[in-house]
Amino acid sequence: MAETEKMVFDGKLDINYKYASGKVTGKFYDEIEENKKIFGIKCSKCNTVYVPPRQTCGPCFTTMEEWVEVQPTGVVTNYTIVNYAEPLIQPMEPPYAQALIKLEGADTPFIHLIGEVDVEKVKIGMKVEAVFAEEKTGNILNIKYFKPVE
Amino acid sequence: MGRKVAIVGTGQTKHKARHSDMNIVELINQAVNRCLENAELTINDIDAILIGNMEHFEGINLSDMWASDASGALGRCGMKITTGGSTGTSLSSAAYYYTASGLFDTVLCVGWQKQNEGDTTAGLVSATDPIWERASFAGAFGTFGGAATQYMMETGLTPEDAAKVAVKNKRHGRLNPYAHLHLDISVDDVLRSPMLAYPIRMLDLCPASEGACAMIMTHEDNVKKVTDKPAWISASVCRHDSAFTGDPPFFLDLRTLRSAAKEAYATADIKDPMKDLDIIELYEPVTWAELSFLEALGIGEGGKVGELLAQGVTSIEGSLPVNLSGGVLCTNPIGATAMCRVAEAAIQIRGEGGERQANHKVNTALATGYGGNWWSDLLILKSSL
Repeated sequence: MAETEKMVFDGKLDINYKYASGKVTGKFYDEIEENKKIFGIKCSKCNTVYVPPRQTCGPCFTTMEEWVEVQPTGVVTNYTIVNYAEPLIQPMEPPYAQALIKLEGADTPFIHLIGEVDVEKVKIGMKVEAVFAEEKTGNILNIKYFKPVE
Repeated sequence: MGRKVAIVGTGQTKHKARHSDMNIVELINQAVNRCLENAELTINDIDAILIGNMEHFEGINLSDMWASDASGALGRCGMKITTGGSTGTSLSSAAYYYTASGLFDTVLCVGWQKQNEGDTTAGLVSATDPIWERASFAGAFGTFGGAATQYMMETGLTPEDAAKVAVKNKRHGRLNPYAHLHLDISVDDVLRSPMLAYPIRMLDLCPASEGACAMIMTHEDNVKKVTDKPAWISASVCRHDSAFTGDPPFFLDLRTLRSAAKEAYATADIKDPMKDLDIIELYEPVTWAELSFLEALGIGEGGKVGELLAQGVTSIEGSLPVNLSGGVLCTNPIGATAMCRVAEAAIQIRGEGGERQANHKVNTALATGYGGNWWSDLLILKSSL
């Protein structure tokens, strides 16, 4: 009997999707795009100010409604230097710095990028400020990146 | 409290980079048949089949439907459970809940993945919030890198300490015929491997594997008819955390695992984990995670976990071996990865570990699953209840 050659089927999926931002994220983006202001949302029970804002405080399970303006400046609470290439999906050319940044006035840090910096000089505790994108991006890159405070 | 439940059989495929000779359902079928053989049962003894994988990784979905012949679910209760990295422990817990409830007598669960048939990064990226985190996340290990940087600074542990985890687990993995990677490496090899996302290097990271793992559980009245070496489930706890990367402290304190351990230790009467546990099968996606997650289990807290590792306490010769199977650093077919932790813990209790069997008698074993955003599952198995 002839040897069977194993077949491999090569396929590709291109998936279009639309994702409704919801009312909380919508308000956050309106403030960034129209007023260059960053807002967090505060839990009336535990007083935590969340950035990114979301409707529900997880630990308290309360519905949050109080918006609090936070500063466009903050500190790096952790960071890594991304050194590997994932073409198409990476926001910057590697090597680049990805960091958790806690803004002044917020209690939770959020994930973003550090730009205008020698990546070797990024440190935990470094002070950074938001650089806003010139054009709307429809995602968190409305803040283009954070740069070190001079 | 439900009925007492024991694992009475395990089965897995060889895990490797590519199973080009088997398709997805053939892979699932091999693990199911090996599990039935190990339990000395037939598919007619099974009342329900629970199956799971990480969705979208292979560009396919509803695999539970087209695997129903091969998994044994045809004509039975079948259900799919998918919770990312923790899929395998979710399946294990669900099989336990099904059986303990009294509604099903004997349940088989099977987890699988063929990571190299698809695009893992695309699968992972589609699991993140498209507006908040997808653009800046862009890949799996950046978050581990950031967490490790912070953990290193707080504890004083070094990349060399992390490298020792890789050396230990790869050494254990060489004793496990089912492990994907059989590598003989040194600390220097790890420290010289390519830097992916500071401080994480190639050899700090788990591989992408293809494989499947299955287990059978039955209830107390049935156990004696099936086996004389049951692995009883003493505790099973699940904890989820916020979806936002910045909310939990992560490596600084995996609070989901700490909280799960507190509850499970109370249920299983574990007073001192260092003394009361005989082995641990820990879900460590990167070297740093083994150090951090052991601390969350109350082992080597305050960075002392590095000394335990250096002293060989967590090696096969030590008093509390961690990942005798080689762990996730050797084998990572995602939907099966966490089930491998539970199955390997059961294998140690059943004394079926062959070369990777612990040197001491294993009466109490702990297994964990890790997934989503810092989620933890934890199961404690015992040789008797």
